Amino acid sequence: METHKEIIILMHQYFDGEIDKVKEMELFTHIESCGACRNHFGELKQTISLIQSAENIQAPSGFTNSVISKLPKEKKRIKYKRLFQTHPILTAAAIFFILMLSGVFSQWNQDNELVVSKQENLIIKGDTVIVPENVVVDEDLVIQNGDLLVMGVIDGDVTIINGKLINEKPINGKLMASAGEVNGELQIVDRVFEWLWFQVKGLFKSVFSFSAG
Amino acid sequence: MEQIISEKIKQVKKGDQAAYSLVVNFYQDRIYQHCYRMLGNKHEAEDIAQEAFIRAYINIDSFDEKRKFSTWLYRIATNLTIDRIRKRKPDYYLDAEITGTEGLTMYSQLSSSDPLPSEEVESSELNRYIHQEISELPPKYRSIIILRYLEEFSLQEIASILDIPIGTVKTRIHRGREALRKRLRHV
Ligand SMILES: [Zn+2]
Repeated sequence: METHKEIIILMHQYFDGEIDKVKEMELFTHIESCGACRNHFGELKQTISLIQSAENIQAPSGFTNSVISKLPKEKKRIKYKRLFQTHPILTAAAIFFILMLSGVFSQWNQDNELVVSKQENLIIKGDTVIVPENVVVDEDLVIQNGDLLVMGVIDGDVTIINGKLINEKPINGKLMASAGEVNGELQIVDRVFEWLWFQVKGLFKSVFSFSAG
Repeated sequence: MEQIISEKIKQVKKGDQAAYSLVVNFYQDRIYQHCYRMLGNKHEAEDIAQEAFIRAYINIDSFDEKRKFSTWLYRIATNLTIDRIRKRKPDYYLDAEITGTEGLTMYSQLSSSDPLPSEEVESSELNRYIHQEISELPPKYRSIIILRYLEEFSLQEIASILDIPIGTVKTRIHRGREALRKRLRHV
């Protein structure tokens, strides 16, 4: 005796829990009277329970350690990149344009002086802060309106506002190259940008309250 | 548990490897087992499962925290196993029939003549047989049968792990069940 195609489709819908009451009734009524389909249904049911009876296997011992040992070394992530990913450059350009027109931009240039959170053992050349080769800075370092060149070691976190981490700089005719490391978290904030953002929010607010009033 | 994992993932995104070691530890059995069932071989399974965790770590920034981490991890592992199956040399292909042996596949020859001692002790005959039958299904049915019946994902979850429409999942699971029924009905 042959099985019935349309009934087999119903069986699969049944196993997937995708059958309605009427079709389910149709399926079981048919199975009661058709030996071939009943047999087929029984085999499917048995197959599923056989697969489900398969034993669980465990990962070999030392698996996690082995994975961790193969990971690339922990890297200090530069948040600078993400700042721009979340606020696309187009937004920045648009904001810039609005601010130029509204004249608020001139206020920005007023406090452009280099500010460093600590001075001892560090060299300051123009607007660049240099951590010399044999110096270990064991606290957090904040630099405002300047760049940073690391030849020694910084164990604390580094925040650079309106500046950047540079790789080399010619000083007294010699090229100084960055060979040091920052062990803490490195954060570079483009202050102009954040400042603009702040200004623009204020601007929009006043525009809206103006039109509402 | 989902909550703890998603906390850990946030730390991993900041570069915290200690947090990742907890994540690996939590999923290692499931992922290893998934790879083993897909590949039917313990050495390859270990290799690919490790690779899956390493890739997940390297690409953690592209993981969308609104989604389930386990789904994402399974997707990486499944894709790696399918790649591995495709790259197998034809003469190592376990489904390949050898002329003159009348339907005996290389797999059954290997396993009858040269069983790995450790595997023999660990699994019962029936269990080994079932795993073997599953591992001889074509990979696109195999992955779905494993995810559905051994790892108990819903059809919707399987669709997002494999990145295919749910209709395709349904078609493949029907065919997979039928193929296995033919293989297992005389057990
Ligand atoms: Zn029938």
